[in-house]
Amino acid sequence: MRSYKFRKLEDQIMTSLAYAALIIALIPLASILIETISRGLSAMSFSLLFEEIPPLGQPGGGIGPAIQGTLIVVALASLMGIPIGVFSGIYLAEFRQSRIASVARFLNDVLTNVPSIVLGIFGWVLVVVVIGWSVIAGAVALAIMMIPIVTRTTEEAIKLVPMTIREAAIALGVPRWKTTLTVVLSSAKKGIATGILLAVARISGETAPLLLTILGSRFWFSGFTQPTAALPLTIFNFSQSSFRTVDLPRAWGASLILIFIVLAINIIVRYATREKYG
Amino acid sequence: MNTHKKHPNFLSELKTTSKKRLSGDSAFKTIVMLIACNIFLILGLMIFKIVQSSWLSIQTYGINFLWGTKWQPFPPNPSTPPSFGALPLIWGTLVTSAIALFLGVPISLGISLALSEFAPKSFNYVISFFVELLAAIPSVIYGLWGILVLIPFLQNNVYPHLQAVLGFLPFFQGTIRGSSVLTGGIILAIMIIPTVSAISRDVFAAVPNSQREAIIALGATRWEKAKVVMSYGRSGVIGAIMLGLGRAVGETMAITMVIGNSFNMFTSLLQPGSTLASIIANEFTEASSPPVYISALMEVGLILFALAIVVNASARLIVWHSTRKIKEVEML
Amino acid sequence: MSYKIEIQSLSAWFGSKQVLQDITMKIKQNVVTAIIGPSGCGKTTLIRCLNRMHELTPRAKVTGRVLLDGEDIYGENVDPVTVRRRIGMVFQKPNPFPMMSIYDNTAAGLKLNGVADKHRLDEIVEKSLRAAHLWDEVKLELGKSGASLSGGQQQRLCIARALAIEPEVILMDEPTSALDPTAAAKIEQLIRVLAEDYTVIIVTHNMQQAARVSDFTAFLYLGKLVEHGSTKDIFENPKSELTEKYITGEFG
Repeated sequence: MRSYKFRKLEDQIMTSLAYAALIIALIPLASILIETISRGLSAMSFSLLFEEIPPLGQPGGGIGPAIQGTLIVVALASLMGIPIGVFSGIYLAEFRQSRIASVARFLNDVLTNVPSIVLGIFGWVLVVVVIGWSVIAGAVALAIMMIPIVTRTTEEAIKLVPMTIREAAIALGVPRWKTTLTVVLSSAKKGIATGILLAVARISGETAPLLLTILGSRFWFSGFTQPTAALPLTIFNFSQSSFRTVDLPRAWGASLILIFIVLAINIIVRYATREKYG
Repeated sequence: MNTHKKHPNFLSELKTTSKKRLSGDSAFKTIVMLIACNIFLILGLMIFKIVQSSWLSIQTYGINFLWGTKWQPFPPNPSTPPSFGALPLIWGTLVTSAIALFLGVPISLGISLALSEFAPKSFNYVISFFVELLAAIPSVIYGLWGILVLIPFLQNNVYPHLQAVLGFLPFFQGTIRGSSVLTGGIILAIMIIPTVSAISRDVFAAVPNSQREAIIALGATRWEKAKVVMSYGRSGVIGAIMLGLGRAVGETMAITMVIGNSFNMFTSLLQPGSTLASIIANEFTEASSPPVYISALMEVGLILFALAIVVNASARLIVWHSTRKIKEVEML
Repeated sequence: MSYKIEIQSLSAWFGSKQVLQDITMKIKQNVVTAIIGPSGCGKTTLIRCLNRMHELTPRAKVTGRVLLDGEDIYGENVDPVTVRRRIGMVFQKPNPFPMMSIYDNTAAGLKLNGVADKHRLDEIVEKSLRAAHLWDEVKLELGKSGASLSGGQQQRLCIARALAIEPEVILMDEPTSALDPTAAAKIEQLIRVLAEDYTVIIVTHNMQQAARVSDFTAFLYLGKLVEHGSTKDIFENPKSELTEKYITGEFG
């Protein structure tokens, strides 16, 4: 028989456990941020940002090529992924009823859940086998990761545009395709931009697709068909080094930069799209 | 009349404009449709190419690949052929994912209940923001933190006690290694929390308030009310858990960096192990010969791909089914 | 005659908006008291204050006292959970638990309070479903989902669920407004019968229903109690002009 006292006790315990769960989840977050910031800052220097990557164990140098590499690969991937993603999203939103759209939407969801290392394998099989370890291969792998994300967020953003805006344009004699490309897109641009930014932040942090495509390098960018460095890869390499005292601080420094880029984009986007409570 | 004078060919003009508009529209539709069909191309090509590259290994080892327990690209005796088998990898993937669910799901549910049922609403937004920030941290940084912060902590403060108390179980025996299966499971648990808690929160938010009022009016405590909410949304929660499982199965970098990368059918969680994803990350770039080596790694990738798809497809089916069921009930 | 509930200077707010102003009234035991008034007059808020449900809304506030058998339910150490055990509620839109069977729905409150003995549960479930005039219709299908019933049956199920924990007072917030006339009529019959064992307070926007079903009526307007007396007096001989205007349909 469950007495009132027992129920009250149970209620207290369970709600405390729920709050405890909150705290438990936030501890790793706090730890990661604190460690990255403190250890990263102590490794930070001008030379870290601009010098070439030394071999493992050798002091000095920096991670300049990694920053450069990340920027180049992500930019190239975005160049490929954004237009495809946006226009796919437009199709799925504007022609929702078509059978092709339903299947495409489902397959997009499937692609979002493909493990990142499998995307790396695909990039290898498709590009590296043909032109060798290269920036292009990495960009292709990242673009493939990006496309379903941008497609989905674009579709959602366009779906939110009220019918009244479309109707107003159509009533003025503007053809449907023009309505979509001008009025609807401009209405949805905030949502679309948000989706794009979050996708860019996401792929900037990915290692596995790059591991099997750009191979990594210690040197500055030397061509799209050559291997290159990238922040996540460099961090990984340093983390595997046996020369911990020399290489780990660099790893933290690189992590600080990477986490800064990724979190800055995320925080800005979430702040800009926060719902204002009345 | 006036209009007639200004537009003598109004009707024919109308006809040509319509034709133009229609062809403009249909051209647009065709173009965006073709672009959207990229997904068919990508997925199709991906499956084809990966199967093609795995073919050598599939032919060589057949179905035994799935339960093979040897991984020898370079056998000590040069006349024996290399052997590859994926069972320890499948085992590693399943065990680390199971640990991730075992630890991560209760915490995630605790968070979503705390936010949706127990805490004031203003709290909700701020805390969810931070929990979602956990999701944005790159996997390799989780791994770095895992190596340098989590492992020393576990190795010095947790594992010894764990072995002292539970050492009679085979799972906690043997020399304690920081880089181990348990550490892998723990880091995966942390990584799936944002996913599972965010979806559960949405599921609970969709539970109609009338249900809460009904149980409260019978004199329920907060926890008893939470039980009703969880019961109403149980299929959605199951979907959330499965999506978390999908995430755990596919995770590569963080787990590679903390699991110790040892190919073996471990029994103790305090020993190092390997997963389908970690072996690819570790060995791919070095696997230039023999050709069957790379093919075997490809086949591992194929298994991983299939596993992730099955888990995620089931998850979405369950979530879709549960939201439909709830809508049916609300129609009555 | 004893008063089951005494409301003393009850005021209620949603944030800064005051919805009940200084309500004072006494409710007799084992009668049906109807609370009527135009939309927004505060009648739902009033009964939700009686089982301490109003305070669940964010930024809601209550002042004053509500005495149940002489004890203030808003007293300092009073747990709302115990209040709701003694004062049950039936809502406007039937809200059975769809993931539970008819049997489990009825027994929900009992299980909360620790009744586990199957035999006892069976007994009380049958008794409550009979008291709600639902037993004959569902006795062969107790395992079916609570949501598989018609609207009127669902509402009677909710009544059975409320009765199962043997409350002393039953609050009903427009219990028939979401139902068709036949179903509504069945519930109205039920209410008259319930008054023999319970104190029933019913909010309704349907004056004719109030006249049919209640022994006493209270008229609320803009958060104030305008008049409270026997139903006969209120409808045939209202003391306030405002009451008369409302009764004759001049507004509301």
